[in-house]
Amino acid sequence: MNTISPSAPLATGRWRPSLQWLQGRLQVGRGLVASVPTLWLGLFFLIPFAVVLKISLAETAIAVPPYSALFDWDGAVANLSLNLGNYRFLFEDSLYLDAYLNSIKVAAISTLITLIVAYPMAFMIARSSPGRRVVLLSLVILPFWTSFLLRVYAWMGFLKKNGIINDLLLSLGIIDQPLTMLQTDFAVYLGIIYTYLPFMILPLYSTLEKLDDSLLEAAEDLGCRPLQRFWLVIVPLSLPGIVAGCLLVFIPAVGEFVIPALLGSSDTLMIGRVLWDEFFLNRDWPMASAVAILMLFFLVVPIMLLRNAQGRKEEAA
Amino acid sequence: MMRNPGYMKASAWLGFIFLYAPIVSLIVYSFNESKLVTVWGGFSFKWYAELLQNDQIIDAAMVSLRVAVISATLAVVLGTLAGFCLSRFGRFRGRLALSGMITAPLVMPEVITGLSLLLLFVALEGMFGWPAGRGTTTVIIAHTTFCMAYVAVIVQSRLASLDESLEEAAMDLGAHPSSLFFLVTLPLIAPALISGWLLSFTLSLDDLVIASFVSGPGNSTLPMVIFSKVRLGVTPEINALATLMILVVALGVLAAAWQMRRQARRAPAA
Amino acid sequence: MQLSEQIQNPVPAQAPVDVKAPWHRSDTEPFVRIENVSKHFGDFVAVDNISLDIYQSELFCLLGGSGSGKSTLLRMLAGFETPTSGRILIDGVDISSIPAWKRPVNMMFQSYALFPHLSVADNVAFGLKRDGVPRGEVKQRVAEMLEMVQLGHLGRRKPHQLSGGQRQRAALARALIKRPKLLLLDEPLGALDKKLREETQFELINIQENLGVTFMVVTHDQEEAMTLSTRIGVMNHGEIVQVGEPHDLYEYPQNRFVAEFVGSVNLFEGQVIEDETDFVRIHSPEAEAVFFINHGISCAPGQKVWAAVRPEKIRISREQPQDADNCIEGTIDEVAYMGSLSVFRVLLPCGKQIRVTKPNMARRFDERLNYRDRVFLSWTGDSCVVLTS
Repeated sequence: MNTISPSAPLATGRWRPSLQWLQGRLQVGRGLVASVPTLWLGLFFLIPFAVVLKISLAETAIAVPPYSALFDWDGAVANLSLNLGNYRFLFEDSLYLDAYLNSIKVAAISTLITLIVAYPMAFMIARSSPGRRVVLLSLVILPFWTSFLLRVYAWMGFLKKNGIINDLLLSLGIIDQPLTMLQTDFAVYLGIIYTYLPFMILPLYSTLEKLDDSLLEAAEDLGCRPLQRFWLVIVPLSLPGIVAGCLLVFIPAVGEFVIPALLGSSDTLMIGRVLWDEFFLNRDWPMASAVAILMLFFLVVPIMLLRNAQGRKEEAA
Repeated sequence: MMRNPGYMKASAWLGFIFLYAPIVSLIVYSFNESKLVTVWGGFSFKWYAELLQNDQIIDAAMVSLRVAVISATLAVVLGTLAGFCLSRFGRFRGRLALSGMITAPLVMPEVITGLSLLLLFVALEGMFGWPAGRGTTTVIIAHTTFCMAYVAVIVQSRLASLDESLEEAAMDLGAHPSSLFFLVTLPLIAPALISGWLLSFTLSLDDLVIASFVSGPGNSTLPMVIFSKVRLGVTPEINALATLMILVVALGVLAAAWQMRRQARRAPAA
Repeated sequence: MQLSEQIQNPVPAQAPVDVKAPWHRSDTEPFVRIENVSKHFGDFVAVDNISLDIYQSELFCLLGGSGSGKSTLLRMLAGFETPTSGRILIDGVDISSIPAWKRPVNMMFQSYALFPHLSVADNVAFGLKRDGVPRGEVKQRVAEMLEMVQLGHLGRRKPHQLSGGQRQRAALARALIKRPKLLLLDEPLGALDKKLREETQFELINIQENLGVTFMVVTHDQEEAMTLSTRIGVMNHGEIVQVGEPHDLYEYPQNRFVAEFVGSVNLFEGQVIEDETDFVRIHSPEAEAVFFINHGISCAPGQKVWAAVRPEKIRISREQPQDADNCIEGTIDEVAYMGSLSVFRVLLPCGKQIRVTKPNMARRFDERLNYRDRVFLSWTGDSCVVLTS
């Protein structure tokens, strides 16, 4: 990009800028161009966290907005009152810690099951003929573009007491009492697996598609049975796709609100839902902020570090 | 080409059934005369008619569409700038800040993004009187912020796969850096911009959590209305709405797939 | 040359026979037998009823262009494709129904197919571990094998950290370590640059001779095939058109395809006008000449035949040679000086172009033939081959 050769000014008779002038202009221009997205993100992404941090240190108040001011100014003395009570409460009331741990558990288990469901699908798509591959890929992508909320909603009709699954099982005589499936943890797992399945299939597919057939043949040639070939060659080689897919499922699943709200019971504890309830039901903005800060440090920061490490590893390879 | 083992195929097809059964059921029951979802009362367009008369849903859909179009467009502009700076400017001041912030929204739980933006808007209003109350503007700002991250990632990966010598050739032929961007780079990354716009549009149209935090009264988006309705149970009107939305998306995906297939056929077999 | 035999039995040109070679002896059993093997992909016939015997410790080359079926045949030996019909026997055992992972056959892939997630040593050890060889023995054999291919110091590297030539040797080591009865090599030198290729050819021959493993090489490069192999099978359209030692193929091609595919050749179309047991005369209207060839042929009277003569067998001179068997006249159209030799393109009056190569024996300049010189081309009766198909 930086290889601009100084052109001979008389070649065309037109004035051409000198190299130094051009590079100077370029630096200024670049700075201006880059500052637009940087400022936007700084204002609407970075500063908000400072605000959240600030409010998490305030007290609830019956006011608009419903929290106390950190600074107060009474004539001559400035008072700074930091309230760590919200954070103490986070660790004293087991609700928050339970919700945090449970979110991680639910997200981890559903990520694993999603991987197991997605792998054969991605494998089959990657191994089919090009024409068929486009069709199958579109079939995976289609739900991905349709409303997430409506797809979760569709499961309500499936899972409820007089829903489709219970009707089917009853009419087949497999059960004689309708099963309670909606508003259970089972429904939450199912919902997460269902909605995030395409997120797992696509990265898996893109690594499996690049898998060189001759590597599989080499494994067979050197004495691998099909199952050994799978574990010793296919899985290690698709590891980048597995990691990418798992992150894509795990990250949003941990903070998930809609799925536990629609499919789970009131005691399906998930941290995203706790934050929502704290804010909308209890109107305790400082507490909600404290929960957000907790999630940020114990969830988002580790995930970002993990992602960066993964990115560097891929760059090195 | 290795053949797929049978058990692999069978489980893959089960996966596709799993993916589509709920969607198919939504479509089928949207034509159900009966209000009880599982009792088939005969074929009818009744719920579609009711849907079109439901002002609350129609209004919310209008709000959502407007928000989605504006924020997708803004996100494409800002995201393209960010992606371009990161992949073509080498080292520049603020690079670290930009590259750190651009991917962060991708891993941020929606509840945090929503809460933090709301608190920012409240604080800004308290200090400067802007934005006055919450409404479509605040939703647009919020959606633009998290959508531009996706656009930047798409644009960056497209630029990474692009042959830089094309741009060098343009410069060699006398294109000024600014005209270079509009004459060469932009047309080359146009497909990425289109998919970035479509993705942003869909994400915006689909978002419930962030919009719930930052929108004001009387400015409910479509997902907010749907959520408040389905929370109370299954309603056939929503089935009809879902069917219409799926139809639109399916047509779009079908067109894209047809295009891809044509290109795949036209390309010489490798 | 057994001239008497030829006189009694007029056959197309025959190579001198090395009676010690196993393929000329009736008492040696072939090691690999390919019996009437065909492979169809839908309507497409990739391999068409091929039968081929390969002997112990041979380095056999399958030579052919792309789509000639050579790779399909190789893949059937490896077990990646099942023959539509026919049998393949190795050391007397029919392997047709044995899956690839149980066959005593290993393959070196064109792309090398080294596992990118494993180190070089782990790649080489891969096959032994699958066979459940004890750990200590695996380690020792891997070390020996890496030493043999001169990669002893690079065992811990990943494949992407190796140069092209090192990867090629790692792939060879991995394929050899299981001591296969038959080693298949798919374009083993194809990915190397010219200089490295020449060095590696001889390395490959050395390794093969030291280990005594039977090699089967697929290549499209005739020079590579000539240098490497004990025998070559030339393939075209799924069939083997000629099998023979490199020398046979070059000097005694049996048909136009082999003559043109292996080396370059000048072909004159014509008709036999005099057919004796020990010589023939062919009239070629293109060259406006009658050619004398001092071996007999078997063909129908009046049949169209081709007289084939290699560029280096033709003598080129300004003066008309005396008592030459064959002589034609032409004009030099183009000269390419290539250092060790010069290549001339000579235009005959009829417009046909003849390729002649001449070693540059003298350093002097004055003798050099030039563009537009009128020249005489001559060759002896025994440097020409008559082809009937």
